[in-house]
Amino acid sequence: MSDLPLLSLVIWLPIIGGLVVLAAGASGNNGVVRWTALLSSIVVFLVSLPLWTGFSLTTHEMQFVEQAAWIPAFNITYHLGVDGISMPLILLTTFTTILVVIAGWQVIQNRVAQYMACFLIMEGMMNGVFASLDGILFYVFWEAMLIPMFLVIGIWGGKNRVYATIKFFLYTFFGSVFLLVALIYLYFQAGTFSILDFQAVPISMNAQILIFLAFLIAFAVKVPMWPVHTWLPDAHVQAPTGGSVILAAIMLKLGAYGFLRFMIPIVPDASAELDWLIITMSLIAVVYIALIALVQEDMKKLVAYSSISHMGFVTLGFFIVFDIYTQTGSVSGAALGMEGAMVQMISHGFVSGAMFLCIGVMYDRMHSRNISDYGGVVNTMPWFAALFVFFAMANVGLPGTSGFVGEFMVILGAFQANFWYAFLAGTTLILGAAYTLWMVKRVIFGEVKNDKVAALKDLNGRETFMLGTLAFFVLLLGVYPAPLLEVMHSTVDNLLQQAVTSKL
Amino acid sequence: MAIVNFEMPNFLPALPEMFVLGMACFILILDLFIKQQDRVITYLLSIATLVGAAFLTISLSDGERHLTFSGSFVSDPMGDVLKLFIYLVTAVVFLYSRDYLKKRDLFKGEYFVLGLFGVLGMMVMVSAHSMLTLYMGLELLSLSLYALVAFQRDSLKATEAAMKYFILGAIASGMLLYGMSMLYGASGSLNIAEIGAYAALNTDNTVLMFGLVFVIVGLGFKLGAVPFHMWVPDVYQGAPSSVTLYIATAPKIAAFAMVMRLLVEGVGDLHNEWQSLLVVLAVLSIAIGNVVAIAQTNIKRMLAYSAISHVGFILIGLLAGTDNGYSSAMFYVVVYSLMSMGGFGMIILLSRSGFEADKLDDFKGLNERSPWMAAMMMILMFSMAGVPPTVGFYAKLSVLQAAVDVEMVWLAVYAVVFSVIGAFYYLRIIRLMYFDKPMDTNKIEAGIDMRIALSVNSLGMLVLGLFPAALMQWCIAVI
Repeated sequence: MSDLPLLSLVIWLPIIGGLVVLAAGASGNNGVVRWTALLSSIVVFLVSLPLWTGFSLTTHEMQFVEQAAWIPAFNITYHLGVDGISMPLILLTTFTTILVVIAGWQVIQNRVAQYMACFLIMEGMMNGVFASLDGILFYVFWEAMLIPMFLVIGIWGGKNRVYATIKFFLYTFFGSVFLLVALIYLYFQAGTFSILDFQAVPISMNAQILIFLAFLIAFAVKVPMWPVHTWLPDAHVQAPTGGSVILAAIMLKLGAYGFLRFMIPIVPDASAELDWLIITMSLIAVVYIALIALVQEDMKKLVAYSSISHMGFVTLGFFIVFDIYTQTGSVSGAALGMEGAMVQMISHGFVSGAMFLCIGVMYDRMHSRNISDYGGVVNTMPWFAALFVFFAMANVGLPGTSGFVGEFMVILGAFQANFWYAFLAGTTLILGAAYTLWMVKRVIFGEVKNDKVAALKDLNGRETFMLGTLAFFVLLLGVYPAPLLEVMHSTVDNLLQQAVTSKL
Repeated sequence: MAIVNFEMPNFLPALPEMFVLGMACFILILDLFIKQQDRVITYLLSIATLVGAAFLTISLSDGERHLTFSGSFVSDPMGDVLKLFIYLVTAVVFLYSRDYLKKRDLFKGEYFVLGLFGVLGMMVMVSAHSMLTLYMGLELLSLSLYALVAFQRDSLKATEAAMKYFILGAIASGMLLYGMSMLYGASGSLNIAEIGAYAALNTDNTVLMFGLVFVIVGLGFKLGAVPFHMWVPDVYQGAPSSVTLYIATAPKIAAFAMVMRLLVEGVGDLHNEWQSLLVVLAVLSIAIGNVVAIAQTNIKRMLAYSAISHVGFILIGLLAGTDNGYSSAMFYVVVYSLMSMGGFGMIILLSRSGFEADKLDDFKGLNERSPWMAAMMMILMFSMAGVPPTVGFYAKLSVLQAAVDVEMVWLAVYAVVFSVIGAFYYLRIIRLMYFDKPMDTNKIEAGIDMRIALSVNSLGMLVLGLFPAALMQWCIAVI
């Protein structure tokens, strides 16, 4: 099994699958289209599993490496490989795509083939981003991914979809072009476009700061961090359920992944110098965006803001390591914050995906996302209510769910850096609980609000399957996060070494 | 003996040019005897001429540089590659145009003959090694283009466009000629190599500088760079789509060659001087082209402004002044001509008799009318916007790295910021095709050959995007 080019397969199989789905769509038989799409996504997931089982825990080196000449003129190679950071994210992607295909099963009736194909092609590209070890290859996937998402929001989105999707595209495109210039600059320093060479090449402080800022624009838009987050609520609200799930579960992780793969190892000195900037932005996101989430009337918007707030935790966890290192003089303490942030990323992938699926379940029945249109859903949909409350608890960070592990680790790490960081980050436990549970109260509990709610039907088999699987993983990660932590341990240690080794 | 030192020149390097000239004259005469229903013979012969020329160019190409006609004509690998692309693009232009012309009663021999004379002009420009040869090629091309624009006699718009084009083009030629005369005055020679040798020794010669400025003004006009771009949108919009298609593609390649011959091979030692002039042209072109394109409602006009901004990018590669920069500019110009061929081809595809499909709104809901063609147009638009995995991205990448290579990071940043602004109007087309309902529900009439050619054209942008190495290497090898 290990001889197969697994990474190439997880990139290209879904793309081929997407093309097959498009071809099947020409026949006009939507049943065939849906089953082909589901089959492709399951096959890809199965193909990605050996990445986990065959993963060596003892090394921080890249694994499953593939390398081939691609554009010799600029020393650009087709160079793939995964480490403990990217491998779990690839699995998250392949897993989430199955759910998205299932989520769109009955809901999407219009141009089914194009819908399914967009998600499959997007899956391949997102896997490509996580697996790329070449700067330009990374950039190609990073940008190309925007195209299917642009179409998904624009074709199957809500009323204001055109505005939302163009805003989404231009925001992220704007951020990315600075990444491109930074990559080109690094190419002339390192002589190749290999990310690993970028990480090794010494760079002067002035250059590091400029590269840092270029990376910051690119990745902060994608995460998104305050104050460049405004595209996300629009995109989420207008996107179809599947689009929201992918956006929240995977795309936001890409920005955070960029920080780990590019910013910290390539410009460690500038990162140490300017970590206050990112910490400030993260804390503002955690506190201020949580306050904004509190006043939302639209459920999707609320979860969107909650995502921004949670991603603030992730970036906080990444960048407190520099403070911890200066205070304690060792990187072992810093590992807590970094690993916590990683767990938070995976956990948020499950939880936010589940939240958007839940909202999708309600929207399919009621065609409304306004909190005020709901009330007393528990009376008519008890099973759904149970799962929804469970995911809400995970979103809050209740112990025993995956949400707890990451947040707890990041807050513990933050204590070592600065009491006030931990204090401000800790407010999320209150604010997060406030906005999530208040929404749950208004939507799920209370008297049955109107006839529409009274007529609701509980989950069907398809929906139970989706939400049930997610609930299982949220719980599993909550009570037994060790396997995930083991996978990332050596990589995080190595990353921390890189972070504190000056490249001047 | 009246002529003492006359040496018989070596005609061999100019064989493709002579072949095209002979065939064009032959077709011109033959066409007089062809009935309208057999006019397709003219078309096929024209394509055959291009194929024949390609064959000759390939078989004569030996990777060496040959000078002939007393050093006023050069045949080198760069010229051969550029010529091959000129043939290819022109042949596809003829193919795209055939149905369009038929439906408008314009399917006449003149279109093809003028097209071939234009090709001959471009070939001479590409191979010119003396200012006289260069000017001759340029005028041959320009006069063919003026006539082609005015080709639809009864169209007021086309006549107006031709008039504008002629007057502004004549001014540009005048400027160029004036600049050339100064270069001649300073150096005492028309030969590009001799001017270069003189310039290398006299980098601070005032007359030479003046000449250089006028030459660049002339080149700016021909390339359509801001502030000499005024003719571009009017001509693109006014000319029949098949003529716009022609103007927007192959002549860009020839204009690139002209810049290479004059500025790089000629006064390459004055690089510092012309670089600052080209920076101004590039900066303005990128800004004006991208910003003004947003305000357009006519897609031909929009693509005209887009062409202006692409010229800005090509100039970035040129002004870097390194081999790396020249090859990236060459890569860009080739890629651009292929993209723009597809873009205008799509307008022709959607048009039918009495309907031009040149409004942005005519693209509404194309995904419902023909998902395949909408996907093709989408690839082209993303390629023009420079979004990977299309080849347009690598074109931008290569000129940007050329700029960063010579420490002009600010120019690269400037260019990418404006390319984001540019992305907006390309996205708008995709938005119209995919997110809106169709206004025009008629069936697309285009023939199967056109559909296939256009699909190959568009998919080519994607395939070249996945495997750009070969074309890039080619451009690097011949510079």
